Amino acid sequence: MHTNSLYQEVILDHNRKPRNYGKLDQASHHAVGHNPLCGDRLDITLQLENEQICDIAFQGESCAICKASASMMTAAVKGKSRTNAETLIHEFRELTTGKLDTGHPHHLGRLTVFSGIRDLPTRVKCAILPWHTLHAALNSIASISTEANNESTQAVSNHPFG
Amino acid sequence: MNSVNVSLKSEITSDVDWGRIRADFPILDLKIDGKPLVYLDNAASSQMPQFVIDRLIRYQTKQHANINRAVHYLSEVATQEYHDARCKLQQFINAREDREVIFTSGTTDSINLVMQGYGRKFIKANDEIILTTLEHHSNIVPWQMLANEKGAKIRVVPINDKGELEVDEYEKLFNERTKFVGLIHVSNALGTINPIKRMIDFAHRYDVPVLIDGAQGAPHMSIDVQALDCDFYAFSAHKLCGPTGVGMLYGKAALLESMQPYKGGGDMIASVTFEETIYNTIPHKFEAGTPPIAAAIGFGAAINYLTAIGLENIAAYESTLLDYATDCLVQIPGVKIIGTAKEKTAVISFTIDGIHPHDIGTILNQDGIAVRTGHHCAQPVMQRFNVPATSRASFAFYNNKTEVDTLVAGIKTVQKVFL
Repeated sequence: MHTNSLYQEVILDHNRKPRNYGKLDQASHHAVGHNPLCGDRLDITLQLENEQICDIAFQGESCAICKASASMMTAAVKGKSRTNAETLIHEFRELTTGKLDTGHPHHLGRLTVFSGIRDLPTRVKCAILPWHTLHAALNSIASISTEANNESTQAVSNHPFG
Repeated sequence: MNSVNVSLKSEITSDVDWGRIRADFPILDLKIDGKPLVYLDNAASSQMPQFVIDRLIRYQTKQHANINRAVHYLSEVATQEYHDARCKLQQFINAREDREVIFTSGTTDSINLVMQGYGRKFIKANDEIILTTLEHHSNIVPWQMLANEKGAKIRVVPINDKGELEVDEYEKLFNERTKFVGLIHVSNALGTINPIKRMIDFAHRYDVPVLIDGAQGAPHMSIDVQALDCDFYAFSAHKLCGPTGVGMLYGKAALLESMQPYKGGGDMIASVTFEETIYNTIPHKFEAGTPPIAAAIGFGAAINYLTAIGLENIAAYESTLLDYATDCLVQIPGVKIIGTAKEKTAVISFTIDGIHPHDIGTILNQDGIAVRTGHHCAQPVMQRFNVPATSRASFAFYNNKTEVDTLVAGIKTVQKVFL
């Protein structure tokens, strides 16, 4: 792919001026995401009321792809229900791993600017980290890592006899 | 072996035709997205010349069998070629005897062999192991595992702002509990060449053995283990134009003989009953199972190739590339070089203000430029300089100034994207 199609103006703009950057004073949910491969770290705080995300913020050290993804994600899920947010998380993962058929209806809107990342496997984790972290926050998992199996290792024992 | 552009018989002078040598490396003709490959990730792994590729093909098509076993023709040929590769390595590092060269799977495996074979036998509770801030994780983690198991302590030599070891501080760390020193010859993250001779001599005043991690040393300068008087020296073939999956450990014969084997299996025994096993002599004691025969023979061929060019010639040429690249990079506003030691190999670790190394790496890749971005398996170095990661351009003798110019243009493109 041409990297130009990844570093598009919308991504560069969100990197320059990230939306919802910071930390909520009052947060019902919180999670930290790590990418040990590059040392990136992302904090997400959100306020859930009646199963609706009424406010959300992120902060951390990361590359432009990760920061823009976090910025656009917070803008996309603010005001949405938990269920709708989980749908977006699922669709975004499918998009960046090349599994989403963009010909079919989806809810990603401008987030499809990240579609080019499927051709850069080493960068997919950068784009997905905020979404993993949001998923963790919504499910009351305190911290996640891109190098762990986040679905199973955090909450329950992985041991076959455990 | 029809495309070797260096004579393997004659003495090489300083008049090396580096352009012709570059033509020995078929992979350098690749285009990445239509752009010529500019391969500046040699500290991670170097490329292979046709001479070594041909040697691997000749082995697999005409010489392959298992070694040290059967009496048939192929087994004898393979055994001899494998032994010859060991002898080439012995000469390459000027070891006293060929049995002091052990084939391993690479530098990491070599260090683990010393940890298991020497460390677990001789290091006890409250003993101290000296390492340096510049170590690669492969020369930290094995010793931490040992320290945790034995209740031993790790002491760390600090570095200054240029990325040079503070040798005075190193000397102050010694006491009667000091039992081992693990020392990187050349920093993979910064390129710093450490004063290992002085540090080895100092350790020996306390009768402390020293392991040199030579993964980044052996590819760029000539090594004489007898002159250095190091106790162990480790490196990998794939950073010296050889194949992956093989490396070597040099150890002084008396030390190797005193050590316990780390892997059990075939070839490392003299006799086996269910009551008792008598171990084979060195180096076989440490080479259990079928070794990477083809890779070891390719390693030998790579040593032939580099020796024909001459490590002194390689060091001198790479030094001119380093000077040129450093001069170019310091002139770009916003670019900061991390690691400015007086003695350096051709490695430039750098940051660009406001731009994450992974974004730099991805955009440089668009111009066909391969650099490493990340912590370089040396997180303590990153912590010392208070950066999460850097971009690293590492040069080999087949790189040239045109490629440095491409890198400089690439960095300016990166800055333009993020303007």
